[in-house]
Amino acid sequence: MDKTKERSIDKTTQDMLQRAKEMNIPTAWDRLESMLPQCGFGQLGICCRNCEMGPCKINPFSVKEQTGICGASADTIVARNFIRMIAGGAAAHSDHGRDIIHAFMLAAQGKTDAYGIKDEVKLKVLAREYKVKIDGRENNEIAAELADKFFLEFGRQYGEMNPPRRAPEKRVKLWRKLGIIPRGVDREIVETMHRTVMGVDNDYKNILMHGFRTALADGWGGSMIATDLSDVLFKSPEPITAKSNLGVLSRDEVNVVVHGHEPTLSDVVVDAVRSPEMIALAKKKGAKGINLVGMCCTSSEILMRHGIPVAGNFLQQELAILTGAVDLMMVDVQCIMPALSGVASAFHTKLVTTSPKNKAPGVTHVEFKAEKAYEIAKEIVKMAIENFPNRNGNGIHIPDKSEDLVAGFTAENIYNFLGGAYRATYRPLNDAIIQGRIRGLAGVVGCNNPKIKHNYGHIEMAKELIKNDVLVVVTGCSAIADSEAGLLQPEAAVKYAGKGLREICEAVGIPPILHVGSCVDNSRILIALTNVIREGGLGEDISDLPVAGAAPEWMSEKAVSIASYFIASGVLTVLGSPFQILGSKKVTNFLCNEAEDIVGGKFVFEGDPVKAAHIMIDHIDKKRKALKLKPMMYR
Amino acid sequence: MIACAVEQSSTGELFKAISETPLPVSLIEVTTAKEGESFPLQCRHCEEPYCIDACIAGAIRKDPETGLVLSDEEKCVGCWMCVMTCPFGVIRVSLLPDKKGKIAVKCDLCQDRKIPACVEACYTGALLFGEVEDLIRAVNKSKEDRDVLLNSR
Ligand code: SF4
Ligand code: SF4
Repeated sequence: MDKTKERSIDKTTQDMLQRAKEMNIPTAWDRLESMLPQCGFGQLGICCRNCEMGPCKINPFSVKEQTGICGASADTIVARNFIRMIAGGAAAHSDHGRDIIHAFMLAAQGKTDAYGIKDEVKLKVLAREYKVKIDGRENNEIAAELADKFFLEFGRQYGEMNPPRRAPEKRVKLWRKLGIIPRGVDREIVETMHRTVMGVDNDYKNILMHGFRTALADGWGGSMIATDLSDVLFKSPEPITAKSNLGVLSRDEVNVVVHGHEPTLSDVVVDAVRSPEMIALAKKKGAKGINLVGMCCTSSEILMRHGIPVAGNFLQQELAILTGAVDLMMVDVQCIMPALSGVASAFHTKLVTTSPKNKAPGVTHVEFKAEKAYEIAKEIVKMAIENFPNRNGNGIHIPDKSEDLVAGFTAENIYNFLGGAYRATYRPLNDAIIQGRIRGLAGVVGCNNPKIKHNYGHIEMAKELIKNDVLVVVTGCSAIADSEAGLLQPEAAVKYAGKGLREICEAVGIPPILHVGSCVDNSRILIALTNVIREGGLGEDISDLPVAGAAPEWMSEKAVSIASYFIASGVLTVLGSPFQILGSKKVTNFLCNEAEDIVGGKFVFEGDPVKAAHIMIDHIDKKRKALKLKPMMYR
Repeated sequence: MIACAVEQSSTGELFKAISETPLPVSLIEVTTAKEGESFPLQCRHCEEPYCIDACIAGAIRKDPETGLVLSDEEKCVGCWMCVMTCPFGVIRVSLLPDKKGKIAVKCDLCQDRKIPACVEACYTGALLFGEVEDLIRAVNKSKEDRDVLLNSR
């Protein structure tokens, strides 16, 4: 049991890891062990294979300065590799956004069997912003014109994208001055690839500044559009209760796990499993009903809108199948381990890929088409039901633990909460910060990584922050980690929060840690911060605010993009393990030091989550001092 | 190469080792033969080491039990005679953290580790560690069988 305890702080996960060991099925942790020691050049970012003169690697212990065959220095190689990671992450988030626009467009044209405009208010807010005529027009007409305008954000070649202009005026001016306000999502990503080709940009600062521009096109572009249109299509979330952790799998119902990132198909699966036709079929096959649960960000999307239970986060995907109780796991894109098909083959579990962008050898593929999403969703649910009788009764092991949680907070609904029934405004939040009841805000986001004890980074950091009266907002796998520790319950305020924060939470009945959605929903945090600036009293720019960000267990390129758009928006961001940039002292110094004077934010690398929380708290205090805010109320 | 330098560093951690002063040196290098094949080069722990004969300070000795050629950093006077006489060119000149002048350093096959750092880091199994007889038997075996035989990794 010892090793399993080192691997995760979550009891359910430890339990399942023990089972994996007994069944001799390797998991990500075992594969990490077989990879050790990992390549030093890779970890430091000083291996370049951008052309066939190479690969070139720079010896970090050489006294003489080495370069690649083309003459690229360690600084150039590290900067190029780093912004290619940003481009990878930005591409993933933004392509997700593009698919949502596609579904939105088909809905407007009446060409789908599943989608419609579910949030008219938000549709009109967006229409006004994009100067689309509203009066006397049907929703569908407005949506059709809007869809075109959103597509243009991806393909625009010159000028400025619109969503970044939502940022505080001072920030937009700064971006303009620095020449990093993004033109179009695709343009910036393509330009990153161009600049990093052999023999192009070799000024590391110039390379990194374009990295910021690309990241901004994600956070204030692709991701933000994904969030906005998901709200219009699938309705804006409202606070909602649900359950979380592997214990949500059911012994006597058909278990369908949806895993991945996009809401387009999973949201329709919610309708399909609730249809009387499907429930009747499940009963005919001997099941008591159908139990739909989510994994990773897909889970957050349908949790926020429908209260669908959460089975787990990134490192729990293999473990879900290991229960032997998953009748079908449907996946779309991103964070889906190629290892899943191997694990599934040891059980009756049917793995189904659905995106043309993500197939796996030997795995059933049912291609998603927005035009007939409902039909496809039903087909997949039916496959799950038909697989139910194939379960091996004795071979099932479902941990009995699950936790209650509250999710569904957004930049829009948070003011209804804090503002109370009379006035929808950010004023109470700003006042609470100004008066020193709340120290500041922190976003804790990102993945799991077997190099860091599973969930430990997220949970310990969040606890330390709320203990010090920092209101925490969370997304993605970080939010799931906190939910598994019971931190997303209002009661957590009484147990763990400092006095000031606790008073606020108790007065309005919210948890001290607010789940604001999936990874693309980090854009909600940007908007919330902008709203706090607009409300007044806390400075003129995001970089003035007493706020900080962190990704304590990051692993994906998407996290590299997120962290980069946060620092480029003026937020200090702490990472649990260093980016692969330490091979260049200049690049490291630029991103972890000089960037603060240029864009207002910088990276800090700190593996200990409690120490990391204090780096964030010290930063928040520094900003409070600069704003001449009152000292904290209790202390 | 990186694993070796990290092993020689005072922190023993890659991310910190790259910023140490003095910078740790690797005692193994990867070079290319005339035929274009690459191979790792480190101290051969010769049967009749030239370096021992060359060392005026008596800093290098051959351990009678293990046959390892070991140098005593305290005794080294930095005359570089060993460096000049080594036919493989694998003795390095280094500034050690607590030393004023540079001294000669050489591979001791990681005396304080079960398996030398370079062998553990080598991903293709090009480096093996064991007794000569076992190594001869291991040469034509598959990687898995070798690992069992040599009890490495
Ligand atoms: S681009 Fe330069 S550094 Fe990279 S592989 Fe080619 S020659 Fe080497
Ligand atoms: S240092 Fe050179 S001469 Fe001395 S034992 Fe090693 S290979 Fe032989």
